[in-house]
Amino acid sequence: MCLGIPGRIVTIDDAAKRLATVDVGGVKRQVNIACIVNDTHPAEACVGDWVLVHVGFAMSRIDEQEAAETLKILSELGEAQAEIEAMRLSEAEVGRAAS
Amino acid sequence: MKYIDEYRDRDKAAVLVKEIEALVAEIPLAKERPINIMEVCGGHTHSIFRYGIEGMLPKEVELVHGPGCPVCVLPMGRVDDCVAIAERPGVIFTTFGDAMRVPGSKKSLMQAKADGADIRMVYSPMDALEIARKNPDREVVFFGLGFETTMPSTALTVLQAEREGVTNFSVFCNHITIVPTLKAILESPDLNLDAFIGPGHVSMVIGTAPYEFIANFYKKPMVVSGFEPLDVLQSIWMVLKQIKEGRADIENQYARVVPDEGNKAALEAVEKVYELRDFFEWRGLGSIDHSGVKLREAYAHFDAERKFALPNLQVADPAACQCGAVLKGVIKPWQCPLFGTACTPETPLGALMVSSEGSCAAYYQYGGVKAEAGAA
Repeated sequence: MCLGIPGRIVTIDDAAKRLATVDVGGVKRQVNIACIVNDTHPAEACVGDWVLVHVGFAMSRIDEQEAAETLKILSELGEAQAEIEAMRLSEAEVGRAAS
Repeated sequence: MKYIDEYRDRDKAAVLVKEIEALVAEIPLAKERPINIMEVCGGHTHSIFRYGIEGMLPKEVELVHGPGCPVCVLPMGRVDDCVAIAERPGVIFTTFGDAMRVPGSKKSLMQAKADGADIRMVYSPMDALEIARKNPDREVVFFGLGFETTMPSTALTVLQAEREGVTNFSVFCNHITIVPTLKAILESPDLNLDAFIGPGHVSMVIGTAPYEFIANFYKKPMVVSGFEPLDVLQSIWMVLKQIKEGRADIENQYARVVPDEGNKAALEAVEKVYELRDFFEWRGLGSIDHSGVKLREAYAHFDAERKFALPNLQVADPAACQCGAVLKGVIKPWQCPLFGTACTPETPLGALMVSSEGSCAAYYQYGGVKAEAGAA
């Protein structure tokens, strides 16, 4: 939750709503990019950016080398696997019918 | 140097440890008593244990593991409130997975789910909002949890729900804020801290300016740090250098992610949606003034505390639990009589055993070089 995970923005899904798809270790997931968009770097310019994703929100733009190094330590801590598993489980929970 | 072989740059780590030793030798205070440095953030605690950093440091440097694990400081009464909301008919309760096993006075969310409540582990508040869109006949509640790192994500989700006019979504807001907490620690009468390793991702949101009072008023150094072992070692070195030179400054070791001014868009969302509570209850630390936030009046219709009548009771921690003393650095986890016996990661009694960022779970999982030495 607090460490986040690096991902790369692959498509902009809805520029007005600040929604984009990131690739996190091969897993695709929609994230909100409101916190990394500004006048000099509009949503449309974000494709290809490496970002640090916290609970579905891109919170910081990072460079590719930083992303690779962060992913390595998160794997060693067991956090990367936990984040990706949480994304996968969450997708199933969103799709589940109310009991 | 038990784990040093795993470093991607072991030479750099060894050089840093040597430089730390050299610095410590030049600090007169270190000859009288250990220098106590608190890492505030649970992410740092996890990294310190995983890489055996305590065991590499000279004995004159003690790391005190601070309260920066939001799951660990969640009081039992709030867990009871979560269960009360989740067990209401027609409610879907959504939470980060970390909070599922935190003990309440009667049960955890995990147990409530087993008893039939519709509780869902979500990765993001966005997913909770999506569940609300898909289930318009249900009340969907998101358990907002965390320091400033996750506070903006809940705020932005509330703003999105507002734009869409979603009426069956609300937040049980338990977000906490770091600065009043640091103030409370600095004001505590048994304070024996010399410096701080500042949180990385909280600072990514709030910047470094909010910490200035620590240097200016309390004359304690702080270095905002990254999470990699080399980051932590370098930050310890920077803190010791300040102590040696008699300085107290707020320095930023993690500038590659933390801009000094923080994240403008995130701070705007936080300011718009939340206001400070008069006080907030912390497990083990008691009540701390202005340490939590709630939704502003303008967003009251998204506030689960107003939507549902909650028991909102204060519940004392189990008497034998020593979580508070561990959180404040008064005792080490293995000095608690329950540690590793009645309280384990599988059956946690205290919250510090629940999360991988809690110091008890970290000690239990990785052991501590100093703990082993102490227990021997």
